[in-house]
Amino acid sequence: MTAQLMTAARWLAGAAAAFSPAALAQLQPYNMPVGVTDISREVFGLHMLIFWICVAIGVVVFGVMLVSLVRHRKSRGHEARQFHDSTAAEIAWTVVPFLILVAMAVPATQVLIKMEDTARADLTIKITGYQWLWHYEYLEQDIDFYSALSTPREQIYGLQAKGENYLLEVDNELVLPTNRKVRFLITSNDVLHAWWVPDLAVKKDAIPGFINESWTEIEEPGVYRGQCAELCGRDHGFMPVVVRAVAPDEYERWVAGKQAEQPVAAAQPATGSSN
Amino acid sequence: MSAVMVDDHHHDGPDSGIKRWICTTNHKDIGTLYLWFAMIMFFLGGLMALVVRAELFQPGLQFVDPQFFNSMTTMHALLMIFGVVMPAFTGLANWLIPMMVGGTDMALPRLNNWSFWLLPFAFTMLLATLFVPGGAPAGGWTLYPPLTLQTGAALPLLIFAIHLMGMSSIMGAINVIATILNMRAPGMTLMKMPMFVWTWLITAYLLIAVMPVLAGGVTMLLTDKYFGTSFFNAAGGGDPVMFQHIFWFFGHPEVYILILPSFGVISMILPTFARKPLFGYNSMVYATASIAFLSFVVWAHHMFTVGMPLAAQLFFMLSTMLIAVPTGVKVFNWVATMWRGSMTFETPMLFAIGFIVLFTIGGFSGLMLAIVPADYQYHDTYFVVAHFHYVLVPGSIFAIMAAVYYWLPKWTGHLYNETLGKWHFWLSTIFVNLTFFPMHFTGLAGMPRRIPDYALQFTDYNMLASIGAFGFGLAQLLFLYIVVATVRGGERATDRVWDGADGLEWTLPSPPPYHTFTTPPQIR
Ligand SMILES: [Cu+2]
Ligand SMILES: [Cu+2]
Repeated sequence: MTAQLMTAARWLAGAAAAFSPAALAQLQPYNMPVGVTDISREVFGLHMLIFWICVAIGVVVFGVMLVSLVRHRKSRGHEARQFHDSTAAEIAWTVVPFLILVAMAVPATQVLIKMEDTARADLTIKITGYQWLWHYEYLEQDIDFYSALSTPREQIYGLQAKGENYLLEVDNELVLPTNRKVRFLITSNDVLHAWWVPDLAVKKDAIPGFINESWTEIEEPGVYRGQCAELCGRDHGFMPVVVRAVAPDEYERWVAGKQAEQPVAAAQPATGSSN
Repeated sequence: MSAVMVDDHHHDGPDSGIKRWICTTNHKDIGTLYLWFAMIMFFLGGLMALVVRAELFQPGLQFVDPQFFNSMTTMHALLMIFGVVMPAFTGLANWLIPMMVGGTDMALPRLNNWSFWLLPFAFTMLLATLFVPGGAPAGGWTLYPPLTLQTGAALPLLIFAIHLMGMSSIMGAINVIATILNMRAPGMTLMKMPMFVWTWLITAYLLIAVMPVLAGGVTMLLTDKYFGTSFFNAAGGGDPVMFQHIFWFFGHPEVYILILPSFGVISMILPTFARKPLFGYNSMVYATASIAFLSFVVWAHHMFTVGMPLAAQLFFMLSTMLIAVPTGVKVFNWVATMWRGSMTFETPMLFAIGFIVLFTIGGFSGLMLAIVPADYQYHDTYFVVAHFHYVLVPGSIFAIMAAVYYWLPKWTGHLYNETLGKWHFWLSTIFVNLTFFPMHFTGLAGMPRRIPDYALQFTDYNMLASIGAFGFGLAQLLFLYIVVATVRGGERATDRVWDGADGLEWTLPSPPPYHTFTTPPQIR
């Protein structure tokens, strides 16, 4: 029995060590990304706040339990007390958790209100999910293209070494300017999909016949990878999202180049509404 | 106090041979049928999970086609939920409720027979979909349209199977309510009933309330597919999201259907091995009722990303967080029950303690999932997979196993092998954590659920999870062995079995005679 308790204690200690800040820092690729937008940082903060509250509650509850498991055992000759009620205790452990929940709900509500504010966007991208690729339309610039997985089949079936961005690479990336509020209009052409980029903290379902809204404002240039998050059939695991964020002037050059490529758009003057 | 049993009327015993099981109206026989049915489905559903884990052991596609992979995740969930956890709890209800309330049998014995015997047909039909053109359902157990409407010949089989399961559950629930309200021995007032009976009473009401909603939802899928309706088709004026509202209006109470009887089981086992009465019996009853009530107003927390109005999202976030309060009360009461007791750690107690710790971890991740802005990141990732497996495997399944170890000596009259039982507990606990704990990390790092192949950064933890899953699966063979060995023989169990046991079932002989409490027991 003691051996078993030791095992249990060691296991709990191991689990606790996994939660230590040092271990968490090491595990950084295994935590939620902090991301590159104001919103994504706030979401990360919220995530860590709730996480630590849960850890604190867990330490108290499991701590009390562990003390009891060690001390109140028959093998140590502990005799059972026969108490079985305490109104004061019941009230305390109803009210205290309630107050903790209120403390969590307030910041969560504030962040949510911000996330839902899609007004005053600098440009609008319409995203349409297909089985199994994405279609992007830059509504103000008359640019549109499909974006599909570019990982070769040979890599998927193990005939070739897998590349660094295995399954997270596409033929045409969604290019966006940094420091501009970009509004997404998300829909689908067939079944449900969900457009998700963890670094932007944007995940929204793509629903046929309906248009969902979301937005982002990327602060750092870079390539941000995500995936379709809603089960959409056989190749659900093979329709990644890749966003390339570039400085606004570079973005303008990209738009011009892209418009020249597009046969229809090239004939029309650029609308120039993207600043 | 032990009721004197009739052993001189041979026609009161079971029929011989297979007829005993097909025609039985005896609550003990039907309980046994339910439990063995759940055991078989547990191994089938587990096998499907192992197909999933084998494919996910490393990146790339190695063993199965992605479509079949999706069938495996879908069927695994349907089998485990409708074929394992629900029938196992109904089996426990059958065996235990009449003995716990001092009744002779379930109130509606013929209905009882029928509600069990629907299940083999339902699941034969469901499993038959593996062999029809187009393959088994692969749209996820949540059956979201339009994807589910792309299912081939399997769709009607799936839907009729769900109808049968629903009928079975509703009849089982009616029977539980009728039994609890009518079959109690004189003096067994509602507030004297064991917690297991209370949690099942509340669960039965949940079942009756929501199974018809599921049946209606899937029938709408059927008519959309074959009869030209457009409930969920935007082009015809419908809305695919409406299905999600219907499904989760069933689905969230369903979550509690899967967990409330576990709460009851744990509340029975802890006092026995702490040799101390359950702390806060009344508040446990009220907490269970509040959880059940709140479970009807939180459903949309499963679908925050569908694009609901801000006010709706806030409402569902707050109501969901509120459920943490009564759930917390339960956990605190359990800890208080252990506090200053005189504990011993037989296998049922080990599973009960494992339940409390690991279910609470699942509760924590559930609370995190309620926070809408963070849920946008967690939703449909392995973080969710980790969450619901923590509440279902070391949650419901551990509670079922705890119950089996706890009452098996009563049912069979034999003691199980305690050493093997402890091995089973420790192996299960280690492997269940090895399987599901890493999933929190892969989910947070961005791995979506329901994918057959994944990016390279998720490899390490997927390997761990796969090793854990195979270990957990193998450990369950030990469980099967222990149960079979105990049924077939073993040291004689006393009537009371556990020195701290309290309740009417322990006043009966082990094993109890075919008919019990033909004379109502005296209630103190
Ligand atoms: Cu998709
Ligand atoms: Cu729910």
